[in-house]
Amino acid sequence: MSSTNQLTVAHSPHQFGDDSVQKIMYRVLFALVPAFAVSLVFFGLGALIVTGVAVVSCLAFEYLIARFIIKTKPTLWDGSAAVTGVLLAFNVPSNLPVWMIIIGSLVAIGIAKMSFGGLGKNPFNPALAGRVFLLVSFPAQMTSWPVVGTRMNYLDATTGATPLGIIKEGVQNGQPVSELLAEIPEYSQMLLGNMSGSLGEISALALLLGGLFLLWKKVITWHIPVSIIGTVLLFTGILWGINPEKYADPLFHLLPGGIMLGALFMATDMVTSPMTSVGQIIFGVGIGLITVLIRVFGAYPEGVSFAILIMNAFVPLINKYVKPKRFGEVVKHG
Amino acid sequence: MNTVLVTIISFALIGSIAGVILFLIAKRFRVVEDPRIDAVQEVLPGANCGGCGYPGCRGFAESCVKADSLSDLFCPVGGNSVMEQVAKILGKEVVQKEPQIAVVRCSGSPEHRQKTAFYDGAMTCEIASALFAGDTGCPYGCLGLGDCVKACTFDAIHINPETQLPEVIDDKCTACGACVTACPKGIIELRKRNKKDRKIYVSCVNTDKGAVTKRACDVGCIGCKACVKVCAYDAITVENFLAYIDPIKCKLCRKCVEVCPTHSILEINFPPRKTADAAAGKEVSEVTTT
Amino acid sequence: MKTFPKGGVHPPENKISAAVPIEMLPIPETVIIHLSQHLGAPAQPVVEKGEQVKVGQLIAKSAGFVSAPIHSPVSGTIEKIESVPDTSGYKKPAIIIKVEGDEWIDTIDRSPDLIKETILSKEEIIARISEMGIVGLGGATFPSHVKMMIPTGKKAEILIINGVECEPYLTSDHRLMLERSEELLVGISLVMKALGVSRAVIGIERNKPDAIAQLTSLSGQYAGIRVEPLKVKYPQGGEKQLIKAITGREVPSGKLPVDVGAVVHNVGTIVAVYEAVMKNKPLFERVVTVTGKLLERPANYLVRIGTPIEFLVKAAGGMPEDTGKVINGGPMMGKALLSLAVPVSKGTSGIVLLSQSAARRKPVMNCIRCRRCSSVCPMGLEPYLLQALSEQARWDEVEANRVMDCIECGSCSFICPASRPLVDFIRTGKANVNRIIRERSK
Repeated sequence: MSSTNQLTVAHSPHQFGDDSVQKIMYRVLFALVPAFAVSLVFFGLGALIVTGVAVVSCLAFEYLIARFIIKTKPTLWDGSAAVTGVLLAFNVPSNLPVWMIIIGSLVAIGIAKMSFGGLGKNPFNPALAGRVFLLVSFPAQMTSWPVVGTRMNYLDATTGATPLGIIKEGVQNGQPVSELLAEIPEYSQMLLGNMSGSLGEISALALLLGGLFLLWKKVITWHIPVSIIGTVLLFTGILWGINPEKYADPLFHLLPGGIMLGALFMATDMVTSPMTSVGQIIFGVGIGLITVLIRVFGAYPEGVSFAILIMNAFVPLINKYVKPKRFGEVVKHG
Repeated sequence: MNTVLVTIISFALIGSIAGVILFLIAKRFRVVEDPRIDAVQEVLPGANCGGCGYPGCRGFAESCVKADSLSDLFCPVGGNSVMEQVAKILGKEVVQKEPQIAVVRCSGSPEHRQKTAFYDGAMTCEIASALFAGDTGCPYGCLGLGDCVKACTFDAIHINPETQLPEVIDDKCTACGACVTACPKGIIELRKRNKKDRKIYVSCVNTDKGAVTKRACDVGCIGCKACVKVCAYDAITVENFLAYIDPIKCKLCRKCVEVCPTHSILEINFPPRKTADAAAGKEVSEVTTT
Repeated sequence: MKTFPKGGVHPPENKISAAVPIEMLPIPETVIIHLSQHLGAPAQPVVEKGEQVKVGQLIAKSAGFVSAPIHSPVSGTIEKIESVPDTSGYKKPAIIIKVEGDEWIDTIDRSPDLIKETILSKEEIIARISEMGIVGLGGATFPSHVKMMIPTGKKAEILIINGVECEPYLTSDHRLMLERSEELLVGISLVMKALGVSRAVIGIERNKPDAIAQLTSLSGQYAGIRVEPLKVKYPQGGEKQLIKAITGREVPSGKLPVDVGAVVHNVGTIVAVYEAVMKNKPLFERVVTVTGKLLERPANYLVRIGTPIEFLVKAAGGMPEDTGKVINGGPMMGKALLSLAVPVSKGTSGIVLLSQSAARRKPVMNCIRCRRCSSVCPMGLEPYLLQALSEQARWDEVEANRVMDCIECGSCSFICPASRPLVDFIRTGKANVNRIIRERSK
């Protein structure tokens, strides 16, 4: 009890949960493993190179910017930059040249994340910001997806249209949907990921598996994924009911493209999603609506990225007006 | 060609309609303000520090225009010269005030004041002081977490990493008093600014009995009254075992500094003493030059 | 199983001293009794230096309606009345008594017999509680008689007894429920009589099955008393949470429990009420849990108020080498101590010792907006927002976001994966908003 034994003093509480930012980020990374495995099977070398480059360059930019521009202690191992890297890679074709991936990482980490103050301060999902920047800058490379099974090829992989692209183009040319469905893989194959598409988005099943893991570990809640998927099903269901020859069925809208990746991993990004359950449902419904609007009526065959980024911009507004239910809130009829 | 024409015309139309609407709104909702408020604001420093007690320079300017006399109003940042200008604009009597400067009344660096606990909470003095008296034996002393630094809009106060105490930069301090309000321990005081920024003050606010103070800190005032006895100008009082030097009465003779057994009276910005024989004096200058 | 619906966390329970019976601690040589033993106005001393006092003698009288008298916990001489550091290190006025023997005033009935019947009226019971200096022993130390006087126009319908003890480590209430069950039940009947209510519910969390079983079987003999087992969830011991869990009623923001017809008392308080009313014994001792994983003999001690905490820790095996933090109270809401020289007060429910590694917080990271803080907040607040606004001194917005509803339970800081000092800043926010509200009403 001498004065050498200094006691620590702080405000209560004095006991803490064992969760940490690192654990959350590493859980997200772990949840992305099944989807990555699927893309290794279908895209082989390309998937490996693109993902590797994206992760390494995101980590490098995070370190360099934190160290030399913002001059703070780099928080490389919190895992957030690695998550951004993997998600960026998952959102691009597996034959994207290395230099483009590096540019995408720079935009994702440098512009979308670090310029706002780093972890937790960014209003937009960094990976999606990088992806959309690449899409509008290099539309040709970003929309030529390798066909599955070109395992040992990288830049020279044979490319083909995605199911979404086929349907979109066909409908614009006046072909009925029933005819077009013959040109795309069967739904069971699409569920497994056997189709053209961005690196990590192809297998709905693998993504679902990862999403369930995140739900189990309470990294995400059901609100955003369920409201996005529900809205997409409902909206496309209505359109399909109006004219099944002009609009594809709801199930088709779930399998190809970025819906699953977006709903489970991108929109649920904690930093850029609302802070209340009700807010998250509004956010999810918005994403679902905008996605379908872009897919069915817009110029692009796919619109998940744009939808999420647009709804990201509404998050501060949602947070301002949608508040949690207060304990003991004075109810008028009470 | 046609498209260009249509575009130009429609833009011009929209622009002029908007212009008319803006004009009408401006006219309808015009706020009549005394033009002197702008004139006064013009001469104010524009730091919006709140040192005058009003919300920003505009608030101060409004009060100056409204007030009958300027006697209760003073811009500590601009000082007498600015107040003269304000008085000139408004045609009111100017009230001279002594220029002031902030002093930090604690010398309890880790060397002099043992740490007795480790504070592990949010790094602000306000939060720490709400929790406990401090991580040293002295419940009155500086916590060193820098609320004063955050409060200063003039970059005039900094924590010295060695002493872990705040230091005022004489040239930058405007005596706005923001640090005085920010300090939860009431350690910072505004004192008369002397020639060449010379300062003599008791650098301690500990009101414990001498022995208790001594146990907590080597350089705390123990209330021994040696300074009171030696002061020829009746400027020093001791209350609750703590000496205080009246800045108005003090003639900066430095006698009290010599006799203080705990070196808690500081002399700052003085030339070195001619009689270099006193070892105590040497020690003091070491403390003060940090 | 019943519980409060919104928020809450489940910290490791660590009730290591749950099986250790209450033990009487010897009396120390000197006791320090601060005049602020309770919430409200500090008591005024009625003794002088050098005066002889006996155990149970009044040494400081109540200084207002929300205040409580203080009785000497020891017999001896008043050494001095001066300011000495309290748990926060700030100096507060206190009476220091040098202990000589253990002589009690003769009005106290020291026999162990259980008295079940009283002839005292409602008003007399409340007056006795007030005279005997009974305050809430759960930790808030709110003078108990104030809670018993129902304001005109309001009606108490149910008495809720807080036997939840949701704080990790602490076991003093648990032991009281087991060892003083009958006294507790008689005490409940007394308070029911004082309040004029016919129903009383003892809320106990499921991690104390022995207490639930014992009180359930005994309560059959007492009219209107029932035991309600509750799901283990922190902060169920919070007054508003407990009322919600048991009655389903929500105390409106800014209102008191009696506004929904409920009055809540802690089990320790009720046992003290029994002793005050039936045995004429003022509140001068209480049960304190002394615990910690490193401690040699975690225990529950019956301690005289004013005993230095040092003395308790010594009795429990001495302060372990690796101690990093000593908490006065539970680890979720207790106060970290600067030194062990400070005394036990009426509000000291436990002393918890944490190791060096458990004592330090993890480094603070940026908020990742995971919304865990708002999902665990039992009051439905947004701690991340209140923290940010407090840090920027935007007090009007802090107030608009209902900072005054915060019960400082610490669930948000507990759960935060970025280890942010949420409660630290929210407390400052509360203090500032409180100041602003006071200024406004002037």
